Amino acid sequence: MKRYFHHELEDLRSKLILIGEKANEAARIAVDGFLASDLEKLDEAISKDDAIDTLEMEIDRASVRYITLRSPVSSDVRFILVAIKASHDLERAGDEAHGIALRAKNILARDGRVLNTVAIDKMSQLTCSMMKDAITSLVEGDPEQAQAVIERDKAVNALHKENFKRLAIGTANDSTEAETRFETILISKSLERIADHAKNLAEEVIYLLTARSVPHS
Amino acid sequence: MAHTPISTAPRNTIAGAGTGTPIIKIRNFDFAYGDSQALFDINMDINAKEVTAFIGPSGCGKSTFLRCFNRMNDLIDIARIKNGAIKISDVNIYDKDVDVIELRKHVGMVFQKSNPFPKSIYDNIAYGLRIQGVKKKSTLDEVVEQCLRSAALWDEVKDRLGDSALGMSGGQQQRLCIARALAVRPKILLMDEPCSALDPIATAKVEELIHELKKDYTIVIVTHSMQQAARVSDRTAFFYLGKLIEYDQTDKIFMNPRDPQTEAYISGRFG
Repeated sequence: MKRYFHHELEDLRSKLILIGEKANEAARIAVDGFLASDLEKLDEAISKDDAIDTLEMEIDRASVRYITLRSPVSSDVRFILVAIKASHDLERAGDEAHGIALRAKNILARDGRVLNTVAIDKMSQLTCSMMKDAITSLVEGDPEQAQAVIERDKAVNALHKENFKRLAIGTANDSTEAETRFETILISKSLERIADHAKNLAEEVIYLLTARSVPHS
Repeated sequence: MAHTPISTAPRNTIAGAGTGTPIIKIRNFDFAYGDSQALFDINMDINAKEVTAFIGPSGCGKSTFLRCFNRMNDLIDIARIKNGAIKISDVNIYDKDVDVIELRKHVGMVFQKSNPFPKSIYDNIAYGLRIQGVKKKSTLDEVVEQCLRSAALWDEVKDRLGDSALGMSGGQQQRLCIARALAVRPKILLMDEPCSALDPIATAKVEELIHELKKDYTIVIVTHSMQQAARVSDRTAFFYLGKLIEYDQTDKIFMNPRDPQTEAYISGRFG
């Protein structure tokens, strides 16, 4: 029997998917702005953050309300816990996207354009596809897809390490300012963190679907 | 039942109905059984077409208060109103010229234990109309179907309307009693622990019904189940020792109550 308050869970689910899509969109626009030295895109990415923060608060409020008033059990209570944890992850991913845009703006202000993009393009493609697939695994209730997202995180970590080495040491051919190289490392780190949040979301989807907690590696 | 003249000036704050339209207004209401005062200076407004839940520990006066709304306490010799008024649609129901039978047509009641008449399902619903003088079969058929549909029972019993109501399950009997109360077209439905004898499935069906009925009726429910109050009601009133401690929107009462006594009661830290 479907109860009159079950639509509140559907609303919550829609909000969770929406915050995921917004966070991923913000990251993609921020990286596009960085790669193309496009100030307009960077400002657009920065402007996405408030809506993401608001959605996280709405999800928190609705989750606490549902637990308090509706006495959820089993998969419903797991879903509420996942909504609270995942919305926090996605809000953090939005913050990282915001940070990428701010640092890219610093680089543009200092250097006029981005000269050294290291492996940021490849990283962002991997990261955004991880986030997209993690959201899809939630929408479609697919634990195998979620598991595959978790496994892809190592590739992003490896690219970040590679970026770090290249930028920290510098090369004879690389005339990039130290400050710019440092900010590019932080951009790389932000993408690596977004991938971590996508991985967390995938772990939360597995918990939701199987009631099994995924051990953190 | 004796009652003293009504003071019109509220002594304390009226617990609010917020943005809704109040249909029941309670002012300075003091009620006693003999020398033992059961309700103290109750002031509150109850909104039309909302569900209002009364919660509180046993003996706090919530059922006594509910039974004041259709003057069921008139049946108890020692019951008396010491002060105050209860107005329904701006009529003080304790005025001398109020017809109690007429009042109970407008304010129906469903009790803790279902109490169908030992008659057929059909006759249980038609009973109230027949004693009002309605005899036309087509009218009775129409009202019986309408009430059974409103009580979400029609599909379950439409092929056995002539069967005894006593052969129905407990949950069906309780919904039949709700359907019977609806037959005389009340404005307000009082429910005194309507699910306390029901299993979880039957309880869920009654709660669904309450949610549907609030589109057309004002419902006041007494319940010992705080989860039920949280699930079904728009507003909740917490009573303790005959006093209205807190009355507010249900999500506020359960998520962030103002009074520490309410917090202690709803979180199980009471007593």
